[in-house]
This record gives sequence, C-alpha cells and structure tokens, in this order.
Amino acid sequence: MLEIIEITKHFGPVQALKGVTLTARPGSIHGIVGENGAGKSTLMKIVTGYQSRTDGTIRLDGQDMAMASPREAAESGIGMLYQEPLDFPQLSVLDNFIAGADAFEPDVQKAVLASLQVGFGFHLDPRQKMQELTVGERQQLELLRLIRNGARILILDEPTTGISTRQKSQLFSALKKLREDGATILLVSHKIDEIEQLCDEVTVLRAGLTVAWQQQPFDRRKLLSAMFDTVPQQNDTAPKVATSVPGKSVLVFDEVHSSVGRSGMKGITITIGAGEIVGLAGVDGSGQSVFLKAAYGLLAPEQGNVTTLGRIPGPEYGSTKNEKVFLPSDRLSEALFPGLSIREHHLLAGETPQFLARNSGISQTQQAIATASIRGSVNTQVEDLSGGNQQRLLLSLIPPQTQLILMENPTRGLDVQSAAWTWRYLRERLHPEGAIVFASPELEEILSQATRVLAFYNGKILLDKKTSETSQEEISLAITGQLNRP
Amino acid sequence: MDINLTALVAAIAVMSAPVVLAALGETITEKAGVVNLSLDGTILLAAMVSFVVAFETRSPVLGALAGAGTGAIVAAIVAAIGVQLGQSQVAVGFALTFLCRDLAYFLGSGHSRVEGPQFEPLPVPLLSELPLLGKAFFSHSILVYLSFIAIPLCAYLMYRTRWGLIIRSVGENPEAAWARGINPIMVRMAATIGGGAMVGLAGATYSLSVKPGWGHPQGCEGIGWIALALVIFGSWNPTRVVVGAYLFGLLQLMGIYFQDAFTTIPPQIFQVAPFPLMIFTLVIIHFSHGKKGVLARWVRMFSGKPPKAMGRPYRRN
Repeated sequence: MLEIIEITKHFGPVQALKGVTLTARPGSIHGIVGENGAGKSTLMKIVTGYQSRTDGTIRLDGQDMAMASPREAAESGIGMLYQEPLDFPQLSVLDNFIAGADAFEPDVQKAVLASLQVGFGFHLDPRQKMQELTVGERQQLELLRLIRNGARILILDEPTTGISTRQKSQLFSALKKLREDGATILLVSHKIDEIEQLCDEVTVLRAGLTVAWQQQPFDRRKLLSAMFDTVPQQNDTAPKVATSVPGKSVLVFDEVHSSVGRSGMKGITITIGAGEIVGLAGVDGSGQSVFLKAAYGLLAPEQGNVTTLGRIPGPEYGSTKNEKVFLPSDRLSEALFPGLSIREHHLLAGETPQFLARNSGISQTQQAIATASIRGSVNTQVEDLSGGNQQRLLLSLIPPQTQLILMENPTRGLDVQSAAWTWRYLRERLHPEGAIVFASPELEEILSQATRVLAFYNGKILLDKKTSETSQEEISLAITGQLNRP
Repeated sequence: MDINLTALVAAIAVMSAPVVLAALGETITEKAGVVNLSLDGTILLAAMVSFVVAFETRSPVLGALAGAGTGAIVAAIVAAIGVQLGQSQVAVGFALTFLCRDLAYFLGSGHSRVEGPQFEPLPVPLLSELPLLGKAFFSHSILVYLSFIAIPLCAYLMYRTRWGLIIRSVGENPEAAWARGINPIMVRMAATIGGGAMVGLAGATYSLSVKPGWGHPQGCEGIGWIALALVIFGSWNPTRVVVGAYLFGLLQLMGIYFQDAFTTIPPQIFQVAPFPLMIFTLVIIHFSHGKKGVLARWVRMFSGKPPKAMGRPYRRN
C-alpha cells in the first residue's frame, strides 16, 4: 500500500502543492484528475524521487520512505511513465531497454524484451532507433522496461496523449492485466471518460490540494465540479459557423504525392472551401502533418499541385503576409521563442519598428493579454507560461486578416476549460472567406468542433464526410484502414 | 619504396599517437555530454609537467603519470564549473586553454632546452621481427603502444559495457538517465576527468616520446584544436575518430616523404592540407544528403549526430 501524506512543494515563491494526501491499494487502479496546473505531475514526480519535496510523508507498506532519487523509488518497486517520454532518441530500442539496468547483457535482455512483448501483444524491433518510433511505441517500451525492473507500483502520467486508438486499447488491456496480477497503478489524466473506464477509485486535485475522493461508481457531476470551480460544458457543440454549401475554395490539393514522414501522401485530392472547419483524423504519422505542412508551404510535394488561397504556398511577403498561419503541436519548440517575452512575441508578429522604445508594443500586448485572458504579464517569458496560456498567446498572435488557420493538435495538453475557450476563440476569429484545418488524435474533438472530417490512413484519405453525417465508429474504421475508399 | 612505406607507417603511428589519445579522451567526455574545450592548453601543460617530473625524478613513467594527473586536474576544474555548478562549459574551457598555455611556458621556463629522459623504443619480441609490419607497428615506445591499445578499449567501453551505455545515455538525455536511477552529475564528472587524464597522457607522449624535451614552442601547440575537430569529424564514434587522427598524421608526413616525388609541390601544401580538406568534407557531407549509392552512404557515415545533450548543463529541480 502506498500512502502519500500531506505532500507540499515550493518552486521558489510558487507553491505547487499545498498538502496532498492519498492512498493507493494493490490490485487497483487509482485515478488522479485535475485541471492543468493542479499539481498532478509534480506530485507524481515527487513520489518517484525525480523531484524533491518540500515537506510531507511517503509511506510504502507502513514504512516511511525518503524517496531522494528515482533509484531509491525503483529499488522499492515504484516505476513511472512520464508525460513526455524520458528516453534516449538516438539510441536503439534495445539500448533504451537496457539503460539503467544493473548488468549489461544485450542477448539476455533481447530475449527478455521478446518474451514480455509476446505477453502484452506489442511489436517493437530491438534494433530500431528510438526516434523512429511513435510516442505510443516509446511508451510501450518504457512500460515493459518498468515491468522488467519488477515495478509493483506503476505511475502513468497522461499516458493516452498523442497515441493512437489502437495503442490506447493495448495500453488499457495491459493495465488491466497488471491490476489482476496485483500491481498498484496510479493513472494521471484529465480525461474523465478514461478514468471512468479504468479506475477503481479517483482522487481530485485542485490548485495543489486534495479536494475529493470517490470509489466506483463515480458521480461524474461531482467529479467535474471538484475539478473546476464551475462545471464546464462537456462536448461543447456550439453552433458551427460553416455554411452548408462551402464558398470559394481556400485550399486545393490535386493528386499530391510526398514521401516525407512515416507514410507520406499518396495521391491526395481535396478541395476545402470558405467557411469550413476541417478535422484531420488519423493515427499518428498517417499523413495529416505532412498535409498541413504542404498546405502551409513548409514542404513542397514531389508530385501534384497544392494551391493555397489561389497561390502555390510559400514564404509570405508584402501584401500576402498574414493570410495563413500554422500552429504546430509542439508549441514551445516549434512555435514560440523561449527566452522572449509576451511583448517581444507581439513585436515580432506585428509591424516591428526599427528601433524599440521602452514602451514599444506595450498597449497592443496588454490588449491581447486581456482579450485572450492570458495568465501572465507583458514581460513574462513564454517558457514560464503554462501550456494553456502558451496556446492562448499563440492564438492572440494570429492577425485578424488571416484566412487560413492550420493547426496540429490544437488542444494538446489543455484541460476542458482551456480547450473550450480555444475553440470559442477560433470560431470567433474565422474569417468569412477563410477556413480552419486541424489535425487531432481525439475523434470527439473532431466530431464536436469540425464541420467536415478527413480520415487519413497510410498517406491516403479514406473518408471525407460532413461530421453531421458520420459517426465515431465510422471514423475509427477509416483511420485503422478497415474502410474501403468510397 | 618498401622500406620507405614501412618507415612512413611507423612515423604515422608515432606522430598520431598523442592525437589518438587526446581525441579518444575527448570523445569519452563529449559522449557524456560535456565539451572540454581546454584541450590545447591541457596538452601543453601536461607535456611540461611530464618532462619536468621525468627530469627531476629520472623516471619517464612518473613523468607520464604526472602528465595524466595534470590532465585530470584541469578536467576536474571544467567538471566542477561546467557540470557541478552548471555554468558554461565553453567559457570555462576557453579560459583554461589560455591559462594552461601561459602557465606551461612560465613554469617550464627553467627546464627549457635541457637534455632529459624519454621513453626509449621497446621492440616487442618476435613481433618486431615480422617483415614490414614489425618495424611499422612493434618497435615503438610504450606510450605509442598505449595509443594502439586505447582504440579497441575505448570502442569496447563505449558500446559493449554497462558503463558505456550509461555514459551515452547521460550525453543523450540526462533527465531520462536520472529517471532511471543514474546520477548524471557523477557520470559527467567521471567521464570528464577520465577523458582529461587521457588528454594529459597525450601531452606526456609529446614531451617524453614524439618530440622529446621542453621549450617554447614545444611543437605540440595547436594539436588540442585538431583533436577537438577530429571528434566532430569522427562523429563521436571512437573508431572513426581514430581513422581521422591517422589520416591527419599521414597528411602531416606527406610533405616530408613525398618531397622527392613531387618536387614542384612545396611541403607546406601537405601540412596545411588537412584544414581545407575538413571544410571540403563538410561540403561533401552536405551534398550527400538524400542521395543514394555507396559513396553517399559512406560519406554520411562521417556525419553522425552529436550527443543530444552535449554542452547542456543538467540541473535537478
């Protein structure tokens, strides 16, 4: 039995945890829910010794533990799957599996890995480089590694973010199997559906405090009101602005081929018209990202033509500047400049004067902070913002005249409230002659927010329908290749 | 020409011995994610210390040990500032390069241009009798043999031992290593100090074997920068780094050996050839990207990726 008692944590003046208490029992899955910034990840990192705690007790089977380092945690049988995979991208799968083990026995470990894979139904090639794997596969390897280490207490931090539906069901059955074997599992998530599906009990954190605890069957309303001060609207299906007949074409793909990425694009032909909000569904690396990059002009197709807003897409200058934007899924490393402040981001995006005065851009930035309700000030550096506020900043940088908004995973890592806000904001900003195209691993998001869905499988579009005329089942079949091309 | 070739190979082996040791040492350090930029100064300081200790004690072995110790101490300063305190490795390395160089000339001035002990050639019984190969590989001083042995040892350490995997994983992603129960700070300190000892040994190889004696200049100036470049061109792979070191030795000696054959080409051309060649290599690597075929693949072999966390300090939060 793992007891976490009155854990507190300060990061300088900020108090991330103000006293969290919970008990996890063997042979059960314990859910930990809360909105972004509630302290879930910090708490888990403290339990594994990855981070130090300011105060509080961690008790394992009645014994107080120091948990000064992950080594100590591992020796007591605690293992954690971190939210961002903590592994070695340039090393082989086998090296990743061995790293941290007490002995270097590649042949033995290869056999161990193979037999564990059979047990869980995973298929990983030990010779492959880690960076060639999908997030889901990297997670599978990490899970096997923890089991190899003999972990009896498994902590999973948002394990279903960025993995495919198939990998998710594989993960869930693996977790159920481990529970039957008597393991203690802590599952951190902000997805209530998953918690209901898997967990035996659930603890709710809010602002660094334990605010609720429930056993199956859960009271969903109470859980949500404990997570948020106000119950957010679930599946926010606000009126869609799309016209029933799409207007003039915004984005045209004509027999486009590309070999970039895992599956490339294999003869994509599609027209997206004004007023449409198009969701790109598909397993990670099925061609959605390549599609978005080609639409923005970040990569040139090897065959076929892409026409964006009537032109071949490319760098924008002069009068065409700011007609289209692309928001990649990794905000901090691909979209923002760590080390620069909110104001500097606005200065860069706008008409930057040649010489900067002390107050250049302040008023426009303050206005943007207010309209996008960013929790931060004019001079806050972007890496100090939470994921949700980084997304708000990015959205506030979209110029009003933008006609085409391309997005990868627009609500990645956002809680229900921030996600709902993001979509409200986007719908308000949709240019009358423009369109929004976004890729998302969450079919529910596509069904509730998009007017049209394109389902990608292995570089091809297998399904192209209005969201009002399709279902989650049909899309699931399409993205797993079980649907014949219409 | 037979005799000539054997002598050329033997000369390359000797000339390259310190470069091999220094480049391998730096490879180990950089594999753990630390850049020890102080190489050039360290080699010079270690060369001076080795010679002075050997001169005073009449023991080249003690001299070589003192050289290795000097390299380890300088590396320990890099490790303390750049790893333990998490400050800029480039800054501390740069500062130490110049500090060590000036310190070497200043402290060593008393022993300038004096006759001192050195490692004598130690022909390996039987093996040195082999035709051609014997003279080329088995009639050297102990430090040159050490440079031979270090090559497979280093490759073995890096790719066939638990320690090698730990070093590589820390250089790749120290946070992930920490999550697996490895202490990145300790590993980086150890790899920096161990690599530094090998760099120090390179200095000893100069003053006690390859270019015996001490003076201003000693003749090993600039070699540290070469070693640093070789690690990059060998794409952080010990074997490839060593190939580069011998190639460099060959080009250095070409001027002397082919003077008669190419009387019209001044020997200096060969001596500076490595540097434009390095730049040329970068150009070739650039154009090999995305190309198919044996040659392109061979060229790409030399464009490996640096350890992902190289130069990035690790801090626990």
